[in-house]
Amino acid sequence: MSLRRLFAMAFKETLQIWRDPRSLAIALLMPVMQMALLGYGVSLDIKRVPLCINDQEHSQLSRDLVQRFVASGWFSADHASATDRAVRGALDRGACAGAVTIPVDFSRALMTTGSASVQTVFDATDTNTTNVAIGYAQGVIAQTTADFESQWAAAHGLRPPKIGAVDLEARVWFNEGLDSRNFIIPAVVAVILALVGAQLTSLTISREWERGTMEQLISTPVTALEVMLGKLVPYFVIGLVDAAFCLFTAIYWFKVPFRGSFIVLAITTALFTLVVLGIGYLISVRIRSQLGASQVALILTMTPTTMLSGYTFAIDQMPAPVQAVTLLVYARYYVTILRDVFLKGSPLQDLLIPIAALSAYAAAIIWIAARSFRDRLD
Amino acid sequence: MTGSQPVVVAEGLTKRFGAFTAVDRLDLSIAKGEVVGFIGPNGAGKSTTIRMLCGLLRPSAGRASVAGFDVGRQPEAVRAHIGYMSQKFSLYGDLTCRENLRFFAGIYRVPRQERAERTHFAITMAGLEGREDMLVRTLAGGWKQRLALGCAILHRPPVLFLDEPTSGVEPQARRRFWDLIHTLADGGVTILVSTHYMDEAEYCNRITMIDAGRLVAIGSPRELRQQGLGGQLFEIVCAPLGAALAALRQAPGVLEVDIFGDKLHVLVHEQAVAETLRPFLTEKGITADPPRSIAPSLEDVFVQLVSRRSKAPGDAGIKP
Repeated sequence: MSLRRLFAMAFKETLQIWRDPRSLAIALLMPVMQMALLGYGVSLDIKRVPLCINDQEHSQLSRDLVQRFVASGWFSADHASATDRAVRGALDRGACAGAVTIPVDFSRALMTTGSASVQTVFDATDTNTTNVAIGYAQGVIAQTTADFESQWAAAHGLRPPKIGAVDLEARVWFNEGLDSRNFIIPAVVAVILALVGAQLTSLTISREWERGTMEQLISTPVTALEVMLGKLVPYFVIGLVDAAFCLFTAIYWFKVPFRGSFIVLAITTALFTLVVLGIGYLISVRIRSQLGASQVALILTMTPTTMLSGYTFAIDQMPAPVQAVTLLVYARYYVTILRDVFLKGSPLQDLLIPIAALSAYAAAIIWIAARSFRDRLD
Repeated sequence: MTGSQPVVVAEGLTKRFGAFTAVDRLDLSIAKGEVVGFIGPNGAGKSTTIRMLCGLLRPSAGRASVAGFDVGRQPEAVRAHIGYMSQKFSLYGDLTCRENLRFFAGIYRVPRQERAERTHFAITMAGLEGREDMLVRTLAGGWKQRLALGCAILHRPPVLFLDEPTSGVEPQARRRFWDLIHTLADGGVTILVSTHYMDEAEYCNRITMIDAGRLVAIGSPRELRQQGLGGQLFEIVCAPLGAALAALRQAPGVLEVDIFGDKLHVLVHEQAVAETLRPFLTEKGITADPPRSIAPSLEDVFVQLVSRRSKAPGDAGIKP
């Protein structure tokens, strides 16, 4: 391998990028747009689930109960309806995601028999939201019951019952506010880099084939490795600029807590950038039309990185065969690394497994791409 | 030519694409410093042959060597010793002349101390002074071709392959390009250049004519004109033309007669036959001037050879 040829290749490629507004725009604007869209658009938190309240009693107790739903912060009592039919209509229209019906004998039953029931109905077309909302509702009711019991005991001069009072002291670590954005935005950075990186390099070889310059190039003594490394150098710089932009936006704009070391972040980001650029380059080597290469790069990176990287869907909740497939999704390793570095502040030695996986990926891609390069016309 | 080792050799060189044979058992031998023209219609296999000789296509059968390296087994070594201009313009249009030259100087590892001198030489040779910093895509055809030649010779390759370098270039620029080719050949560079302009063939030391992948003839332009037709060509002014045509076709020693404007072109075995033509015609009541010997054009030769070959397959035409 000749450094002289590698440098000539890198310099030429840099000039071409500089004079091609399209690739420059992809390189610099795409991450900005995607960071804004995905960073603001994505939140998995379920808050203020809109409820329709059907309070048939209108007693002090029933109003107290409704107030407890709203005060929890999980629900908003946007609608009030007097009849079952109206409740049904509100759910059908999608005006609310759930309904609470308090029966006309609610207070009386509670006072005389010591127990009363409240009905909740949820629109389960969104199963995830429904599951979470039912959990919230149970929490509200349990707290209400406990409060009623102690109020009743106090009113009758008795001590509250001791038995059965096991308290859960819940603590959450690493993302103390349980803010899903802290969890998602690092993954968004990984997804953006995977998409943009592959797009960047997917055109480099196919462009030379389409313009006819490849025939001249391969009539020279240049080798596959020199062409590849020479072409990757300028894109590597662009990839790192994009990565730095996304990461700093995550830290300083979206205020995702960053507890790790910038050195660990830089090393792992450089490694991941190499992998994504390598993927795009490999596609470019294999597909000789620019349009085809760009499309394949989009299809091959979009679905796996968004669905199978752990970005929104937890990998350990997936069926075993799908989990096996995710091992091939290089973005999942960087998602893991970023979340750990951001939220846990993990040092390098805690990240050896994903780093090893990314390194193996980089080596394999570069080897395959160098071997796939055709220095002949047949 | 000089009796030294040939620089380019092909023996039974064959390229098949599926069932189609693009180049069929081609033999070729080019000496150092020769300018060999490669002539034939589009699709005759000129580009395919050149690409095989550059190591860009793998031969299906046969072998070839360039500068002592086998094109099938040592394509990298071959590529270090050749300059190549492909049929389609293939420099970087979004780079300037100087940037293209710098790129190829780097790729060919032109020694640093020589780089400025070689680049300057290429610019001067191509007549691009003052246009060094223009984007290549904005240049006219002739400049582009000369710049491409400049890029191909930056590293002083001993062998040059030029695939239709002058197609689509205006006549004056073509002429200038051929002057450059001869300047290089005088410096000892061996050059194989394909063209479909028959007039350009005259500029070559030797011509290789191919058709449908087969070698039709090889020789200097003079040799081909003298021997390519397999006889001597005469022009006769006579009247009436139709009767003369019919009569001469029956005459002894006449190979072929064709109407050419208001005259006849007669191909005869030897000089002696020509003497008999006028009496022969006069005897039949046809008035005729004495036959005048004329030189056939290379196009005549090519057409004649191709039609003869198609009549008698297996006869590969003449060889010197």
